[in-house]
Amino acid sequence: MLKYLMARNEDIPPGSAAVYWGYSSIVWFVIGTGLGAFNAAKLAFPDFVTGLEFLSFGHMRQVHVMAVIFGWISMAFGMTMMYMTPMLGNTKLWSEKLGVWNAFLWNVGLSLGLTVLWWGMNSGREYSDFPWFIDLYVLCFMTIPLGINVWMTIIHRRTQGIYITNWFFGAGTFMVSIVLLVGNLPEYFHLTGLTEAYLTWWNAHNILGLWITPVGAAIGYYTIPKITGNPLYSHRLGHLHFWSIVVFYSTPASHHLMSAPLPEWLKSFASVEGVLILVPAIAFVSNILMTMQGKWNMFVENLEVKFTVTGCLMAIPLNMQGGFQQTRAINWYIHGTGWIVAHAHLALLGFSTFVEVGAVYFGLQTIMRKKLWSLTLGNLHFWFLLVGFTTYWVSMTIAGLIQGAGKIYEVPYIDVVIAEHPYMIARWLGGSLVFMGNCVWLFNMWMTARAGTVIPAGRMAHELAYER
Amino acid sequence: MNMNFREYKLGSRFFALALGLSMCITLFMPSFDIGSVNATNIAMDKQLWAGHESGFSLDDPLLLGWHKPLKVLLKADPVNGQPMDPTYAYVYEKGTPLPNGVLHPDNLGSVAKKLSIDKGHILESNKNTGTVFLVRMDDQKRYYIENASATLGWTPEGVLKTAGDENTQHAAAGKSLFVREGCWWCHTLLPEQTQDWQVFGAPPMLGDFNGESPTAFGSDRKAPDILHVASRNSSKEWMMLHFFNPRLVQPHSIMPRFDYLWGPVDANGQKIDFAKWRAEYNEYREGKRITPPEVPTYARNSEIRNLIDFVMNLK
Repeated sequence: MLKYLMARNEDIPPGSAAVYWGYSSIVWFVIGTGLGAFNAAKLAFPDFVTGLEFLSFGHMRQVHVMAVIFGWISMAFGMTMMYMTPMLGNTKLWSEKLGVWNAFLWNVGLSLGLTVLWWGMNSGREYSDFPWFIDLYVLCFMTIPLGINVWMTIIHRRTQGIYITNWFFGAGTFMVSIVLLVGNLPEYFHLTGLTEAYLTWWNAHNILGLWITPVGAAIGYYTIPKITGNPLYSHRLGHLHFWSIVVFYSTPASHHLMSAPLPEWLKSFASVEGVLILVPAIAFVSNILMTMQGKWNMFVENLEVKFTVTGCLMAIPLNMQGGFQQTRAINWYIHGTGWIVAHAHLALLGFSTFVEVGAVYFGLQTIMRKKLWSLTLGNLHFWFLLVGFTTYWVSMTIAGLIQGAGKIYEVPYIDVVIAEHPYMIARWLGGSLVFMGNCVWLFNMWMTARAGTVIPAGRMAHELAYER
Repeated sequence: MNMNFREYKLGSRFFALALGLSMCITLFMPSFDIGSVNATNIAMDKQLWAGHESGFSLDDPLLLGWHKPLKVLLKADPVNGQPMDPTYAYVYEKGTPLPNGVLHPDNLGSVAKKLSIDKGHILESNKNTGTVFLVRMDDQKRYYIENASATLGWTPEGVLKTAGDENTQHAAAGKSLFVREGCWWCHTLLPEQTQDWQVFGAPPMLGDFNGESPTAFGSDRKAPDILHVASRNSSKEWMMLHFFNPRLVQPHSIMPRFDYLWGPVDANGQKIDFAKWRAEYNEYREGKRITPPEVPTYARNSEIRNLIDFVMNLK
């Protein structure tokens, strides 16, 4: 792949960038979940690997978070943008070379960022942990070039309309760049105090709300109609989804600081807007499920549909939680507990990841013209991910409710720690399953590239029978 | 081929309108509220002992505690040596970046800004020569920052010499450790406004953060809130044992050991044999020893001293 960095744009085979992004994302997924499982082991067994600064929980926790957000999720987004945007515009990617360079610079920047983070060089701001020089790099060499490629491809499309997926891709890349620019102002201009605290969570909320959630959903809008052959149930409902995300979900940042001394009107406003996440959520889920009409057999028989629809179904509890847990009536009980950790994993490892995994499976097969090497390993990956995630989510939700009860009944904190111990072990086991599933996936995709059956011209990957 | 349909022009304009309105409500409007807050004495104390920046900065890129102020307890006047009421002074030695409220007095809010400039002479502070600060209260019980180098002629060297090492706290370097070692991934610095005050103390107020960077509230509480921990437990001895191996004082704790912050030698300059200590501790845990091994006393220039000084300032 690196040889294309210096090749002329027209000499690079279409799809090269998407393949580079795709395999990078899988490798980061293995690294990110491996770190997560390691961290979880430390919470269950505090004397597991001790005395080494660089393997201490406090040095590794943020590396796990940034590796999965910027390595796995965002590179999988990049991968889908590299192949879906041109396909939906009936054209080629605006610049394959920019795409390859972007993936290369993304990997370099993220490796550098995670290294300095691991070293302890961090800003002390959650979800914007990188020091400001890495933040600038992320903006200039990671998200903006990705956006330019997407926007230019959309502008040079050869279709009249713009499909809803491309609306989200174009807007998502724009919004994430704005969010990273504004959200890191405290570091660029050394803003302090409550301004810094609030902007930290403005940044964190909007990375989730204006990047991961909408782009994840946009991928589902492509995968399900494409594989099932059903047209999208309603493009208009998709528009409702798009506009309600932009209008409602860009505003509830301060619901993350419900019990901090921020202006009360801001918290109330954020809380009301936060409930309105149900509008885009219901529009998205109903649209995808209605599109499945008559093709529900594929939910069982087709791996990509299985992943995508599972992710879509997880968006239901995700948004029911998300909409209501941030209201004052509920937030006082579960704020700062494991419930929130479970919810965050439901968003990133449940909904978003499952949808992306489906799209990465589908895209890599389509671009490389290679049938998936082994269905068995693919199914194994699905069940490892699903059982691992579910174990994690259930155990952390219970742990969170214990913490919440301990908080309001003034139980000595150490008794809460003791009560949580079994759930910490369950969390570690669940995380380890996810990690193992991803190792299986990496192997399966490696074998697909090397030994997958060639897909004949004019055929789609899922039309061929599996051989293993 | 005309691809520029009116609907997309409209669409992109509405998009800009929607996103712009959202940012107006969530960023522009709150900035008036947050910007009009006067710093409390808590905020002044905190920004003076924590210094300009506790996270990554060019003055301390590896978060090793470079260019950090010192908080000292003075019992005698550093100019004439006469005894005086114990007073906390904040020493910014030559080259230490000035605190945020001094660099940008607007951060202090209108009242504190005026007092700090008129009576406190903070605009005469100088990074290149070093400055000593105090938190003062005027006769109307309004707090302000005073540049004691300008008003009283106190020099950083004189103040440090008068106070002595035992009265000098490396709390700012300790806060950098709090950020570097990720303490805030489990210990929040934000008692919640609902029920936490009964256990973890009073929730912070609006003006308690002016000039602090980063605030590092933390979001995922896996351990007690420590905003007021030193009010509950002010034993340095307990802290030392707890940091070396939390399970010495709390058998069920899941906190990591921070024994590596002791550095290579103890207070007497003897090399610390960590392997031996861990082996003996394991024997103790298995019931082969009656007492755990002695925790080495930390050296004056060790990182753990800074961290304990930081924790002792969380009152």
